Amino acid sequence: MDEIFGIPAPLLFGQLLLGLINGAFYAMLSLGLAVIFGLLNIVNMTHGALFMMGAFAAWMLLNYLGLGYWWAMLIAPLAIGAFGMVLEKLFISRLYKLDHLYGLLLTFGLALVIEGVFRNYYGSSGLPYRIPSELQGAWDLGFMFMPVYRGWVVVAALFFCLATWLVIEKTRLGAYLRAATENAPLVQAFGVNVPRMVTLTYGGGVALAALAGVLAAPIYSVNPQMGTNLIIVVFAVVVIGGMGSILGSVITGFTLGLIEGLTKVFWPEASATVIFVIMAIVLLARPAGLFGRA
Amino acid sequence: MTGLARRGLLAAAGAAAAALPARPGRAQATPTIRIGVLTDMSGPYRDTTGPGSVVCTQQAAAEFRNRGFAIEVLAADHQNKPDVGANLARQWFDQGVDAIVDVPTSSVALAIAGIAREKNKVFLNSGAATSDLTGAQCGPNTVHWTYDTYMLAKGTGGAITRTGGDTWFFITADYAFGHALERDTANFVRAAGGRVLGAVRYPFPQTTDFSAFVVQAQASRAKVLGMANASTDTVNTIKAAREFGLHRSMRFAALLMGVIDIHALGLEQGQGLLLTESFYWDLNDRTRAFTARIRPHNQNRPPAMVPAGCYGATLHYLKAVADLGAERAKASGLEVVQRMKAMPTDDDAFGPGRIREDGRKLHPAYLFQVKAPAESSGPWDYYRLVATTPGEEAFRPLNEGGCAFLRG
Repeated sequence: MDEIFGIPAPLLFGQLLLGLINGAFYAMLSLGLAVIFGLLNIVNMTHGALFMMGAFAAWMLLNYLGLGYWWAMLIAPLAIGAFGMVLEKLFISRLYKLDHLYGLLLTFGLALVIEGVFRNYYGSSGLPYRIPSELQGAWDLGFMFMPVYRGWVVVAALFFCLATWLVIEKTRLGAYLRAATENAPLVQAFGVNVPRMVTLTYGGGVALAALAGVLAAPIYSVNPQMGTNLIIVVFAVVVIGGMGSILGSVITGFTLGLIEGLTKVFWPEASATVIFVIMAIVLLARPAGLFGRA
Repeated sequence: MTGLARRGLLAAAGAAAAALPARPGRAQATPTIRIGVLTDMSGPYRDTTGPGSVVCTQQAAAEFRNRGFAIEVLAADHQNKPDVGANLARQWFDQGVDAIVDVPTSSVALAIAGIAREKNKVFLNSGAATSDLTGAQCGPNTVHWTYDTYMLAKGTGGAITRTGGDTWFFITADYAFGHALERDTANFVRAAGGRVLGAVRYPFPQTTDFSAFVVQAQASRAKVLGMANASTDTVNTIKAAREFGLHRSMRFAALLMGVIDIHALGLEQGQGLLLTESFYWDLNDRTRAFTARIRPHNQNRPPAMVPAGCYGATLHYLKAVADLGAERAKASGLEVVQRMKAMPTDDDAFGPGRIREDGRKLHPAYLFQVKAPAESSGPWDYYRLVATTPGEEAFRPLNEGGCAFLRG
């Protein structure tokens, strides 16, 4: 079988693999969003801007301090996560009692401000960032040429997704978090500092976005609007997976990456639309999302 | 998306308030020529157009003082959306703006061209690429100054096809500009005996990852990867293409790429690329003198091609206004454009040239090769001049454009 629907099989396999790689980014970003929504009830529109800040942090560490990619993997999530906690304390924490819409508007506004500030200082055309020397090169898989770095992205994304899931589902801290979303006053009565836990959770979700930004820096142009296009897709992923469902967002992220990859072969013009078509169908059939609880 | 449209209007209002009139405090009786720079202030083309275009338009206004009329330069952000751009243009024209300058993004530019004709105002386009502005969708109120898809296609596409790159695969932005650039380049490839083996059109501006498309290009076994896109999309395409090893088997034709994009890509990834521009800051003594005037106002960066075009077009427009008289110029945009076409052009950025009957500005096109990191003396020293095409040959011949108003 050399051809599938008129497309040479090797090319199709290659595209599926690339879809998985893109899915890795979707999964990491939607994971952060799902964590924040699930535990804080905030539709975090700043996520794309924070992803962008992660990539910029990597560039700044290299160009201002001479610290390379591996340091950036450690420092950028911590720094941007801390920035996220400041945002949460200063702005977002005031909105928990209000309707989702207020949180959405506030975080959307914050995203515009953050992007505007970066655009003002760094322009819109982007900054160069190299692939670290350890991850340069490519493997010849026979059916396609696979850059080492893209393989690393998938492995890293899977690792962080799994780690996040384990923390939330299998640890004592995760149990507190889940309990606090069910009944915060009760958890507080047991002596758990719920507001601090919420702040830390937001910081954790933001750190995931920043980490995805560092992963993206070597392969995409590092520019202020790099998160804008991605975030809308990622929201669709979260909605399809079920708002707040952690495993759902990871599985949906990878699956939609695959579907988008296939669309890029058969009907490239529609590759940006296909995810929203799926979102519309899912919302009609299962309003709570594929993995959500109504 | 009323929220976004509103954001555009607010941004426009802010920008307009910030743009200082060139000559405040004149007596009421002096007519004021109002020039609106409608550009991308917040999107992917901001660095290649945007604030740089405003600075260069203001420079032209500043150099053309004391001719019996005042000049006011306004600026607004069209967000690369035809509806936002069209609304702003109508509003401006109704409020007494006489000419709109720049307008990158072909889809927006085509919308503005129609409005300028309807309102009998002047449209000085520098930023848009589509050759349809002086072809199928030409208008008597439009001047297309800086470059177009035909010039890019002939310059870069022609040069690569002539030197053995005879099979092509295109990665094309799926909107007016990408289609025009792909079409014009493919025509040159075929005319030179080459073949187009395939093309993929990706959604603009929602696409960030180009790996799927570069792998398709690789599988086509074409010798040349034609990138019919611009700005960060081109940078992302080249990054992905190098990552997937396409540079070992294919030549890259970045059909619209400028000095700002090379700055963003870095010389290491950009070295060896061939590209076509009609302005480069370090071309000759006049361009260097112009650059020295712009730099202090442009974050100490040299002007890019499109802002330089805003300067040249505005300066020539103001010469025509002075020649015609400001009152008459305000009354009829058509008359100003006709006068602009009748007068030879000359400015520091583009040297001597002329505007053809269909609105096409003619000046030389330059084929550059991007320097290797070792050849460059530092930031912005990026190009080596390879070839110069004279203005009369660089653009599509008048009789091939299909411009309707010339016939009627």
